[in-house]
Amino acid sequence: MKNDAIMIHEKDNVATALRDIKPNEKVVVGTGDKSSVIQVQQPIPYGHKFAVRDIPGGEDILKYGEVMGRATQDIAGGTHAHIHNIESLRGRGDLER
Amino acid sequence: MEFQGFRRKDGSVGTRNTIGILSTVVCANEVADDISRHVEGATAFMHQQGCCQTPVDIARVNETLIGLGKNPNLAAVLLVSLGCESTAVGEVAKAISEAGKRVETIVIQEVGGAAKSIAEGTLLVQDMVQEASRLERTSCPVRDLVLGLKCGSSDTTSGLAPNPALGIASDLLIEAGGTSILGEVTEFIGAEHLLALHARDEDVGKQILDLVKRMENRAKSAGQDIRGGQPTGGNIKGGLTTIEEKSLGAIAKAGTAPIQAVYEYGIAPQVKGLVVMDSPGREPEILTGLAAAGCTVIAFTTGRGAPQGFPFVPVIKITGNKVTWDKLRDHMDMDVSSVMEGEETLPDAGKRIFREILQVASGMLTKAEISGYTKAMDIYTVGPVI
Repeated sequence: MKNDAIMIHEKDNVATALRDIKPNEKVVVGTGDKSSVIQVQQPIPYGHKFAVRDIPGGEDILKYGEVMGRATQDIAGGTHAHIHNIESLRGRGDLER
Repeated sequence: MEFQGFRRKDGSVGTRNTIGILSTVVCANEVADDISRHVEGATAFMHQQGCCQTPVDIARVNETLIGLGKNPNLAAVLLVSLGCESTAVGEVAKAISEAGKRVETIVIQEVGGAAKSIAEGTLLVQDMVQEASRLERTSCPVRDLVLGLKCGSSDTTSGLAPNPALGIASDLLIEAGGTSILGEVTEFIGAEHLLALHARDEDVGKQILDLVKRMENRAKSAGQDIRGGQPTGGNIKGGLTTIEEKSLGAIAKAGTAPIQAVYEYGIAPQVKGLVVMDSPGREPEILTGLAAAGCTVIAFTTGRGAPQGFPFVPVIKITGNKVTWDKLRDHMDMDVSSVMEGEETLPDAGKRIFREILQVASGMLTKAEISGYTKAMDIYTVGPVI
């Protein structure tokens, strides 16, 4: 079965869309040799990410099995995960003023 | 394993046999550019520096020009100077000539203006081109190659296909005894702990972490969240959310070879294997830094399609984004979107990139060379213009 999205590491809580995904689509998310099916709630453009499970605000966002930022609000499984709900923890000169 | 290169008097090997017309200050760019238009086989390097800067940056400009002049891809060098700049033009000329190549200098204020300088410089460069054309390519071992690693205009495909594939190609080069230089320290932020694990010893690991801290502090000194600047607006449109995410994808192009040493911007490595060089990620500065450090070929992965090459170093553009490959054919050299589609394995794509690097090193032209998209370059400086 062809993957619609890829979750790079099994620890990850986000997956990357390998094509434009429409709302309410059930998509195949590949992780290594395994895959699972997730219902996506919102349009996800090619290359963008969605949560693979409910992520509470304040939790680390994991991709490549590494911390890539932090949820600024609750992110429901299957919804778009990007700059509107994820903040960077690095290069934050605004927090040091 | 061999490629066809130009063996220089100092033992280094070039992949091109070009005459470099190096502007020594922003005010001499016009003349350097004009001379290059009158001669086949010569290219101009132009930049915005060389005057009204703090001493640390003037030293940086001198060192970078020396490094560029010594690059094995240049058979000979013409320095184009205005005359009143801060750049130590005489010292730069002397240091480049120590590599055993001919260096001439034109000083616009002494010759008497642009028109006369262009005429005089053109005659000099024409003579240099003819002299250089006697040298033929010969079989040279792959260990004589110095590869620059760069990614630009990244999107989420970059970290999934072209960067890890380039990492495999870089590992193959290093296994054969060659050298790869990794820059873009800004794009280590958030992934430096993984890079430090690749360091050959604790000391090199600490140098990598210190370099990242210095770059991050510089970025933070503006008192703002760097998002929008890093990752860029284009990165964000392409799906990259934070600098950490961009970095985690970017470092994949370094492969798995141990990091042997850490160098300042534009400094030629004294060891073989994988090394790190201080540099920001922006194209004009890092391409110049890699060339000044002696890279004779650069592999440049891109998601959304960065067009830049460098005046005398071939830059191979590799994309994993099928849309970019189809839309930007005049800028892209290689398509590895097959990895995204699951039609090619990363090791196979890596081997394909390695073969392309050897072909380009042996004379195959890149799109950036053919289109001449190489003019907007600069030198990385750290202080103010004063």
